[in-house]
Amino acid sequence: MSVFTQSRSYIVRIIFILAFLIILIRLFALQVISSKYQRLAQENAIFKKIVYPARGIVYDRKGKAIINNTLMYDLMVVPSEAKGVDTAYICQLLEIDTAEYKLRMLTAIIKNGRSRASAFESLLSPEKHARLEENSWRLGKGFYLQDRPIRTFPFGVGGHFIGYTGEVDSAIIARSEGFYQSGDYVGRSGLEATYEKVLMGQRGVQYWIKDNRNKLVGQFENGELDEKPEAGRGLHTYVDAELQQLAEKLFQNKVGAVVAIEPKTGGILSLVSGPNFSPEALTGPNFRKSYGKFVLDVARPLLNRAIKGQYPPGSTFKPLGALVALDEGLITPSFGYPCGGRYYACGHGKPACTHHNPGHAATLRLAIANSCNSYFTHMYRMAADNPKYGGVKKGFERWRQYMNSFGLGIRLGIDLPSEDAANIPDTVDYNKEYRGSWNSCTNLTLGIGQDKMTATPLQLANAMCIIANKGYYYTPHFVKSIDNESAGDTILKKYRTRHNVLTSITDTAFEAVMSGMQDVVEHGTATGAQIPGINICAKTGTAQNFRFIRGKKIELNENSMFVAFAPRENPKIAICVVVENAGFGSTAAGPIASLMMEKYLNDTLSTASAKKADEFSKKDLMPSILKVEQFIADSTRAYFYYNLTKDSTYIKKYLHGDVPEKKPDTIKPKIAIVKTTSPKPRPQKPAEPDSQRIGLIYRDELWDRSIQNFRRRETVS
Amino acid sequence: MSRKEAGISKGVDWSLVWIYLLLVAIGITAIFAVTYRDGDPIVSTFFGFKTDYSKQFYFFGIAAVLGIFILLTDSKFFTATANLWYAVGIVLLLLVFPFHSNIKGTESIIKLGGFNFQPADFCKIFVCLALSKYLSQPNMDFSKTRSQLIAAAIALLPAVMSLMQSETGLALVYFSFFLVMYREGLPSTILSIGFTIALIVVGTLLMERNILLIVLSAIALITAYILWERKRRRFYVVVPVIVVWLLTMGFVGVGVPYFFKHMLKLYQVERIYSTVGREVPIEYIQAHKKEYVQIANAVPKDTDYNVKQSKIAIGSGGVLGKGLLKGTQTRYEFVPEQRTDFIFCTIGEGFGFIGTTIVVLIYLLLLFRIIAIAERQRSVFSRCYAYGVAAVFFFHIVINICMTIGLAPVIGIPLPFISYGGTSLLTFSILLFILIRLDADRQMVLR
Repeated sequence: MSVFTQSRSYIVRIIFILAFLIILIRLFALQVISSKYQRLAQENAIFKKIVYPARGIVYDRKGKAIINNTLMYDLMVVPSEAKGVDTAYICQLLEIDTAEYKLRMLTAIIKNGRSRASAFESLLSPEKHARLEENSWRLGKGFYLQDRPIRTFPFGVGGHFIGYTGEVDSAIIARSEGFYQSGDYVGRSGLEATYEKVLMGQRGVQYWIKDNRNKLVGQFENGELDEKPEAGRGLHTYVDAELQQLAEKLFQNKVGAVVAIEPKTGGILSLVSGPNFSPEALTGPNFRKSYGKFVLDVARPLLNRAIKGQYPPGSTFKPLGALVALDEGLITPSFGYPCGGRYYACGHGKPACTHHNPGHAATLRLAIANSCNSYFTHMYRMAADNPKYGGVKKGFERWRQYMNSFGLGIRLGIDLPSEDAANIPDTVDYNKEYRGSWNSCTNLTLGIGQDKMTATPLQLANAMCIIANKGYYYTPHFVKSIDNESAGDTILKKYRTRHNVLTSITDTAFEAVMSGMQDVVEHGTATGAQIPGINICAKTGTAQNFRFIRGKKIELNENSMFVAFAPRENPKIAICVVVENAGFGSTAAGPIASLMMEKYLNDTLSTASAKKADEFSKKDLMPSILKVEQFIADSTRAYFYYNLTKDSTYIKKYLHGDVPEKKPDTIKPKIAIVKTTSPKPRPQKPAEPDSQRIGLIYRDELWDRSIQNFRRRETVS
Repeated sequence: MSRKEAGISKGVDWSLVWIYLLLVAIGITAIFAVTYRDGDPIVSTFFGFKTDYSKQFYFFGIAAVLGIFILLTDSKFFTATANLWYAVGIVLLLLVFPFHSNIKGTESIIKLGGFNFQPADFCKIFVCLALSKYLSQPNMDFSKTRSQLIAAAIALLPAVMSLMQSETGLALVYFSFFLVMYREGLPSTILSIGFTIALIVVGTLLMERNILLIVLSAIALITAYILWERKRRRFYVVVPVIVVWLLTMGFVGVGVPYFFKHMLKLYQVERIYSTVGREVPIEYIQAHKKEYVQIANAVPKDTDYNVKQSKIAIGSGGVLGKGLLKGTQTRYEFVPEQRTDFIFCTIGEGFGFIGTTIVVLIYLLLLFRIIAIAERQRSVFSRCYAYGVAAVFFFHIVINICMTIGLAPVIGIPLPFISYGGTSLLTFSILLFILIRLDADRQMVLR
């Protein structure tokens, strides 16, 4: 009947073919052309588990470990499997209550999901670990212990150069171009950061297959693609752990820095910055607590003053000034300057000199021993006005080049991050300040280490090395060698290059400088630093110490500086000590340097010295202005947060520090304080000599001003 | 089924049987690839009736036995009882309403013993038979509107009932019977009107309604103007245009929104919109406020999660595939409904473009073979039946595969012979074996 519709069977077939063609084209696009689906499937199903190697160990010069690894344990939990466990028992073992148990379980589920393991308690204390290990069979299937390597510090020293490891942040991830992934631990400062590539070793990777609930179901390809981790290599440093320990002990309650270098190699024996902290304070679970405390401390314990503290070198600079003149051939060791107590060559009779008796600067040796200001001012002016270069600007530029070659005003390149260059002024600076018209009289105090000149303790210690070595130095550094060092380890190359700085100074000239420095110890300003049987060459320094507090320049007690090297005949240690706010060079910095040199050279302290060290370590030389500043900082912060939250506990917390830490889960009582009472200042302690000097008026004045600031901020907002 | 029994093997189209066996084998392999767990003993799990591939294997056994029975049946039995079967089917569908058990949001399943029984699935066979019976009446004049309407009613009655049981997918299958009617002389205009309606529906999904209305009005205006100019400016020529325009406006402005607001569930609306890649308009969400609140209160769900994961699975197979049991995407349950509706992913991931092309071509071969068989029948009944089978298969295959590759909304219909599921395997097997039986008597004129 419907024969006429038979042609429609072809149309039906065409429809079929068209539909299937569309499907095939789509399949071709999905499977052959597009490659993103393979990646998506991998992301779906393959879990790259990073296996972390043990970090490298860091040894001191005697082969004792100063950074080591130890295993600690995390209690891990897989929430989906931790059902029907003896909750009460676990709570009892971990000394928590059931509410805390539930909270932790919830946190684990939120963090990593039900089927993945999360840390229930990380870094268990040894007692808890032992308890859990013993009773592990009672924990049930969902709980297990996982080892976790963590850094330890057998000597507990070197917080400022060891640095710390911490989780990578987004900036590091971006810089590493995908090498690090979030959750990785990386050296964040100090040696841990500089030698990160050596210490971290080679990460291993395990490929796991996961299912749709993120549960790991097995190893991908039976682990054939896995890479095994390779432990980090060890570092052998020059650090003398016992010397470092002594230095840190001596620096208790002091602000300043000490750097001790082995002149022959440039190896750093000890580096301390005060206020000091133990490297443990920034490790693992302590980090958060300590870091917050350190940041809020106005004494700035995190500032590494040894490489970042910029101090006017003062008299400690004088031997260097002499070296410049000697190298230029401007003077001979027998050169003398007729100083009568003041330097009159520039007309204003400045600077003054401590000595008046004629002949105290008759030779270079005498000038150094007596620290004659006039003599070294003259040295500087001779160098700057050297007719050889024609004009003070060119002469000054030459002088500056000398300074830079001594390592002053430039970054030396120590193997620690964020070293400061300090400052050796430039002709540009003076041209700008004096509009081009200046001469060597303008900045004559550069000759005695003042004016715009600053240096870091590291630079000064390095300068001592140049004198001790008679003209050369190695860039100061910590690491002597790396385990299994290969040609690829270029990091130590620059520390093995000798820098010959002074080439045209005769041995006798050096000997004259050294004799002058030895005289300083024997019958000069540093007699207290003598060590029986060892010839020490030293120079003390006392530099004015200003501090700007809210726009006011306040003069504090002078910075005590001391540079030295010993023994004279075969220098083994060069040292620079700076103690802020401690007065003359010989009062605070001298004893520290002397004790450290004794410890290092004799390998032990004599009984008398040990007693002296004990006594000295108890001495509190913290500038009392710090207490004032801390009070201001804390109270303004307290006031700020109080205003923000209307919660008076902040005031108590900041001002007295005796409020127990609040648990985040406790309900905060709503305290409505109607009357705003400004917190009372703490009862005043007996006035100290230099807080009198600053004037107690400042304290009140500053306090009033800070309150005013906040009132102003309030009205603005 | 074996050649020894010359009685039943006489006239059997063996190519169809081989294609059938091949597809079932592919299906069991695919199910095996999804559900086999490393380390399970293959032989014992295969015969243990515990695992899905073992179950499918036994279902295949049942289907084979049924097939043999069908081959042993006289062809006239099917013509004689076609209407009876249809009546049985309708009764079963009616029985579902009071006796259904609520499984996975469908109301179309009756629990019989341990088995889930879905009458709407079997009804395809009955409709196919009944429609063929109706169309093969000796005094049939299919050019009459009345016959066309009756035929459409036969096909669409179960569709309406399925729709009432929230089985949109199955309901849509019945529309495939229009292909049979087309072959039997349904005017092309009706199909093209249907096609236009479909086009407009898609248009409403893709465009803002007001813009669509403006576009349609513009088209109507232009058409009217052309007609007006051509037909010497007589008014009557414009009338049909105006009528059509009004109807379309009504359809777009009222009909489609009504359908989305009141006929469909919110999840269906969401699926449809996720296929075209658009957000569900707010007015539809407001219309389904109750359901929306329920969904919002429940765990938030990615509406096109299935399709995304399925596309990843198929796409990650590449040209050659990852190999049997190597597909991470399908083995680790990233794709929901892996064994049933999304079984094609397993093939795509495991055997790549080569594998999927082979499967698609086997299906094309099957369909062409059925059409070829249809055209060689002497009796109209057999031809109509063959076309019905081809149409049902075609619809299932195309929609199912398009579903997995993101070309069609997820409406949950299985892939013939490959998807896991006893009911669907039995239904498709019976459909095919009746065809083979009828074809064996192709020289007879069945009424």
